[in-house]
Amino acid sequence: MQFTINGKSVQADADAAMPLLWVLRDLLDLTGTKFGCGIGACGACTVLVDGRAVRSCVMMARDAAGRDIRTIEGVAGDTLHVLQQAWIDRQVPQCGYCQSGMLMAAAGLLAQTASPSDAQIDAAMTNICRCGTYQRVREAIKLAARSGRRSP
Amino acid sequence: MKRRAFLLGALGASGALIVGWSFLPPRSRMGDRGTLPPLDGAVSLNGWLRIEPDGAVVVAMPRSEMGQGVYTGLAMLAAEELDVPLARVRIEQAPIDSIYGNVAMLVMSLPFHPDDAKTTEARASAWFVAKVARELGLQVTGGSSSLRDAWQPMRRAGAAARAMLLEAAARIWRVPAGECSMVEGDVRHAGGRRLQLGDLVGALREVPLPSEVRLKDPKRFRLIGTPAARLDVPDKVTGRARFGIDVRLPGMLYAALLPCPTLGGTLLGFDGDAALAQPGVVRVSALAAAAGCAPAVAVVANSWWRASQALAAVRADWDPGPHAHFDSARLLAEMRAALQNGGGFTYYKRGRGEAALLDAVQVYGADYGAPYLAHATMEPMNCTAQFERGRLRIWAPTQVPSILRDVAARAAGLDTARVEVNVTLLGGGFGRRLETDFVPQAVWLARDVSPAPVQVIWTREQDMTHDFYRPAAVARLRAGLDGKRMPFSWVTRSVSDAIVPQYVSRAYPALAVDMPDRTTVEGLFDQSYEFAHRQCTHLVLKSPVPVGFWRSVGHSHNAFFTESFIDELAHNANSDPYDFRRLLLARHTRYRTLLEYAAVKAGWGRVPNGRAQGIALHECFGTIVAQVAEVSVARGAIRVHRVVCAVDCGTVVNPELVAQQIESAVVFGLSAALYGEISLRNGAVEQRNFPQYPVLGMAEAPVVETYLLPNGGTPGGIGEVGTPPVAPAVANAVFRLTGQRLRSLPLRLES
Repeated sequence: MQFTINGKSVQADADAAMPLLWVLRDLLDLTGTKFGCGIGACGACTVLVDGRAVRSCVMMARDAAGRDIRTIEGVAGDTLHVLQQAWIDRQVPQCGYCQSGMLMAAAGLLAQTASPSDAQIDAAMTNICRCGTYQRVREAIKLAARSGRRSP
Repeated sequence: MKRRAFLLGALGASGALIVGWSFLPPRSRMGDRGTLPPLDGAVSLNGWLRIEPDGAVVVAMPRSEMGQGVYTGLAMLAAEELDVPLARVRIEQAPIDSIYGNVAMLVMSLPFHPDDAKTTEARASAWFVAKVARELGLQVTGGSSSLRDAWQPMRRAGAAARAMLLEAAARIWRVPAGECSMVEGDVRHAGGRRLQLGDLVGALREVPLPSEVRLKDPKRFRLIGTPAARLDVPDKVTGRARFGIDVRLPGMLYAALLPCPTLGGTLLGFDGDAALAQPGVVRVSALAAAAGCAPAVAVVANSWWRASQALAAVRADWDPGPHAHFDSARLLAEMRAALQNGGGFTYYKRGRGEAALLDAVQVYGADYGAPYLAHATMEPMNCTAQFERGRLRIWAPTQVPSILRDVAARAAGLDTARVEVNVTLLGGGFGRRLETDFVPQAVWLARDVSPAPVQVIWTREQDMTHDFYRPAAVARLRAGLDGKRMPFSWVTRSVSDAIVPQYVSRAYPALAVDMPDRTTVEGLFDQSYEFAHRQCTHLVLKSPVPVGFWRSVGHSHNAFFTESFIDELAHNANSDPYDFRRLLLARHTRYRTLLEYAAVKAGWGRVPNGRAQGIALHECFGTIVAQVAEVSVARGAIRVHRVVCAVDCGTVVNPELVAQQIESAVVFGLSAALYGEISLRNGAVEQRNFPQYPVLGMAEAPVVETYLLPNGGTPGGIGEVGTPPVAPAVANAVFRLTGQRLRSLPLRLES
């Protein structure tokens, strides 16, 4: 099956019903995207598909094939993405396991809403973090939104 | 049981050690050059530090990074004494050696009240346990003890290494070492010459370990006390960070499990033929129960998803076992009934204890309860193993590498010297990864598919239904009041299962002993309110439910009982709960000051309309925390807006790490306080995934403010201390707001 991941076309021996999460992790060794719950409830597996945040544990390979998939490994260019930098500036991660998904969910949010309100952040960021980094995630999204405006 | 027997029991395996040994000086934790493996071109200076040819300083890391910031905190101790920039430090997992054993954790687990810490009995016990701990060498990350434990040995290693760096440069320059100093991570001679650390590697080989080590005066600290950025963060925002589940090895296979659905059940037989015929599947194996895990059938395949799909084709025949009708609601009723009975172990008695209740003008009492809780780490349990040429290699997110090695060796029938343990980053620990139940599974499957490595991954459902739960507990608290309704006696009676005997029987079945477990009563007997008479008794009620250490352990529920009850006493005395606590801490200035600090920062008594404040104070792991929660209730739901935390944790190594841990612990404690409940029916856990076991999300998370009141001395624990006070602070606010005194967790309002 053919996938477009982080701007590159790749081939993977995926079964049609295999969730995108396991295509990424087990077939393509892109382990930055995490397994958390398997039912789309926790958001650890969030990636961007055609620019929108998607929970890859509940998206089948056949539905992902041919679409533009971006994972945590592919969000940085020559320099870190503004969100990644904001995550460092605000020292967001603790254990860090959920943070790939958090960052991708935030990237999906900022792609839709350049300067989200608290309510918009609450609505978009439904990922679970057991280290309780929510407060810093919120601050980092706002910081990234501000610096994103300064340097588009 | 007598107290002395209790103390001896607390020493566990070490009880057999003999008197003559106790006259020898305690084993040194410096280690020598042989402790750290000598790699090409590098030079080890002691058991903790190595200098690389590129000038990097490698710190041997004996603790596990599970989010608490231990990589950064411990590295700061070494960098401070070495006088090198933190950026120069690289973290490498320490080998397994007794110098890395956690001494502070065992000392802190002694059953003494903080008021008694300076007594001869307490000091002698602490000295003895510390000496034993140095022999045991348990490499454990737990009990909020990492910085406290490393405080001396890591700084001593750094100071010794610094002296060696100066000596090496002095020998190169043929000048006295006294003329050399560390500047920006280089060695400089008074004349202006400089050498980089990489230039010293050759000379360092000839420099002996110093016989004496002098530590910096804390007044000269340049790094300790600063909000240095975490070393692990850059990799955690790019997806490069490797957790246990991210281990990738050539030819690696994946295993998915079908565990026995009921507690204590057994596998009678299985048919794996249909599963074996599925794509990618290479093996179907039966796995026995060991180290606390349930028996299971495993499917091994070339991707985890294929393995998990093939499980549906496995036909397993289970004997549900003796607990097939076990029901936790019935157990809780039994526990509440047991509050009426006598018996149990009295952990603490001062003055006339319970008898002093007879002198009371009024005896005020209330019963409290708390449910089982799951850990629900974001990274589900997993373990990777490879059997090759009689050697076993393990990769695991674990809090206990040395115990894990013993468990793996036992499962494999190998000598521990043939077992290599690689500790990965942990996607959350919270005490769950003190267990080693997932290890024998990986070991046996690795033997089945040897020499291919195999990675066992549990589903979320397995993780949640096969946890080692925070014990359910109930307690009856009573206070004897004088004519002014002030309490002068404190009597608690609690009932729950005990963790420590269960844990020991899982990890080291041969050492299993039934002993009093301090964790059952911590938070009930060890707080500093001033009562002339005190008695704290606990009755262990065993059940088939596996129980384990959960962030802040016994404090997690006992603080709720204690601090809610104090609030009840304040209300009964028509007193403000903040003023009331200050009256009970008249001689405990440190506690009173902290409480006052929290009240000032929170603006105690000034709160927006529709909200109320609740206050709580709790000490555990050598740290005191005071919290004020600001709460509202809308449509029957409790909403926590703001939690102000004042923290006294002795010396603050990194205020940013402390703030992170407090924020984290508050959210963790709030998830439990508002939602957390594990129940069992027909011998199985009912909650299977996050929808049935909700945790706090972004929209419900309060603003957490952390204020530090540094007090010098050894750092107190920080990873767990923010959790215990939050449930009572919220419950106390709910009482002010609604008049409902909620005495059971999770907090549920009557409509």
